Amino acid sequence: MNQTITKAPAVISPLGDSALVITFGDSIQYDIHKQIKTCKDSIELNPFPGFIECVPAFTNLTIFYNPLEVVAAVKKKEKKEFVSPFEVVSSILQSKLENEQTEKELDHRTVSIPVCYGGEYGPDLEYVARHHNLTPEEVISIHSEGEYLAYMIGFAPGFPFLGGLSEKIATPRRSSPRTSIPAGSVGIAGMQTGVYPISTPGGWQLIGQTPIKLFLPEQNPPSLLQAGDIVKFEPISKEEYQELQAKEGEK
Amino acid sequence: MSIRVSKAGLLTSIQDLGRKGFQQHGVIVSGAMDSYSLRIANLLVGNDEKEAGLEVTLMGPTLEIESDCLVAITGGDLTPSVNGKPVPMWKPLFIPKGGTLSFGPCRTGCRSYLSVAGGFSINEVLNSKSTYLRGEIGGYKGRALQTDDVLPLSVPAASKPAFLSNELINGVYTSSWSVNYKEFVHFTKKPSVRVINGGQFDLFTAESQSHFTQEPFKVSNQSDRMGYRMDGPSLQLQEKKELLSEAVSQGSVQVPPDGNPIILLADRQTTGGYPKIAQVITADLPLLAQVKPGESIYFSHISLHEAEKIYLEKEQLLQELKIAINLASTK
Repeated sequence: MNQTITKAPAVISPLGDSALVITFGDSIQYDIHKQIKTCKDSIELNPFPGFIECVPAFTNLTIFYNPLEVVAAVKKKEKKEFVSPFEVVSSILQSKLENEQTEKELDHRTVSIPVCYGGEYGPDLEYVARHHNLTPEEVISIHSEGEYLAYMIGFAPGFPFLGGLSEKIATPRRSSPRTSIPAGSVGIAGMQTGVYPISTPGGWQLIGQTPIKLFLPEQNPPSLLQAGDIVKFEPISKEEYQELQAKEGEK
Repeated sequence: MSIRVSKAGLLTSIQDLGRKGFQQHGVIVSGAMDSYSLRIANLLVGNDEKEAGLEVTLMGPTLEIESDCLVAITGGDLTPSVNGKPVPMWKPLFIPKGGTLSFGPCRTGCRSYLSVAGGFSINEVLNSKSTYLRGEIGGYKGRALQTDDVLPLSVPAASKPAFLSNELINGVYTSSWSVNYKEFVHFTKKPSVRVINGGQFDLFTAESQSHFTQEPFKVSNQSDRMGYRMDGPSLQLQEKKELLSEAVSQGSVQVPPDGNPIILLADRQTTGGYPKIAQVITADLPLLAQVKPGESIYFSHISLHEAEKIYLEKEQLLQELKIAINLASTK
């Protein structure tokens, strides 16, 4: 995870009249992730008046705000005719970016996710193996040896976009998406891997399933994984799967 | 204190102003599609404007009022009636216990809001009472209302307000005044929806850019709370480009490769990867919420500063309305 830091200037642009986007680059890179994470932590630790929330993605950070509260905070200090909430928030963030330290290393939490590979739990494992002239066991060992970085959570509640998949098992999406994928399914799409937290339609190649719940609406935060987490997959047997599933059900 | 659902209607769900603060965990915001109408309905019954109400869609439910209730109905005109007699919208209504509130044909718009003094007594999930239909959380059992559901009500802070008349008209006691809603929601054929440029506006062909604001777009039947799919001139990029997923917001106008734009609404996914040609201004989202499938809209460009001014002006008007309602109800 150690790379030299090439700090490109961040660009701030509006996303409508109540949100803005800070863009740090245009490709999936660890140092860009690092800048996004540092910026996000700094805003959340010291939020500006009117701040609602921010959402990290691969190359940018989107910040949602309440324009009325942004303006109210400024107007307390100075009486002006028209104050642009976008300009107020931009200038606050601009100075934050200039004074930020991105040299320090990030602390990553490592989360291990048990997976029962193949069979009924991973209907596309055989396909992925054939696609690469590998045995299903080789696919399992390559997938479970990897360390993956959660760049962002999105698409569905708790769904992690994981980077770091070996090219040896990178496989295109299915030509026709499934109408329903069971919760817990572990899939591959191109160079990405991820886990479906709730049952949704989807086109990823399914190689296994975890009994662990990734979306926990009764908890705060409701997502097991957060952007910036390192994810490891640990192969388990069908029996272990069922045991863990029973335990999860009791929660 | 409760309201019983005796006929479900097409799609009625409990919504407040949305589940804010959890998008980074992939949790969609939800909330009322026409937030101005919900906020005004709440103000009319003395609630905090953030309180949850019922969002009633196209074909409304029939509700049995099981205890004396102060309610207000706003938004699209789905011809509400009490015990079969029409009742007015945009003003407080006191319905005595035993009344039946039902909705009829849709005259204007397509979404009505019903607020009840005190609000619904249901637990918040992640700081909101909004129903997240696909995630099956929040609201009443995480789903749309069904026949025989019994919605528990909270006890309102104040009893029967003094501003209501003493005369029972069509089964309700009501006020002599009502809210001039035209400042907030208006119902016209082919409404013009104001947008500012989207992040990828410049990636579209010049022809697509001009078609976008010159031609009408029809809201397709495949539209719902998640988004409106639009039929109109096909919008194309200058060259094919794969974008990485990033956060989207309510009102983002995304264009998938088929060229038909999709406006993302209350139940949108938190992230998307299609290029965004435009962004509907916040103040016009309620207007959009009242457009029925099959109807057409026009898009018109304005600047970010204009959009911000309009937003702030509407909030100012809403503040004034709040003060006016308070004055009227303490007379």
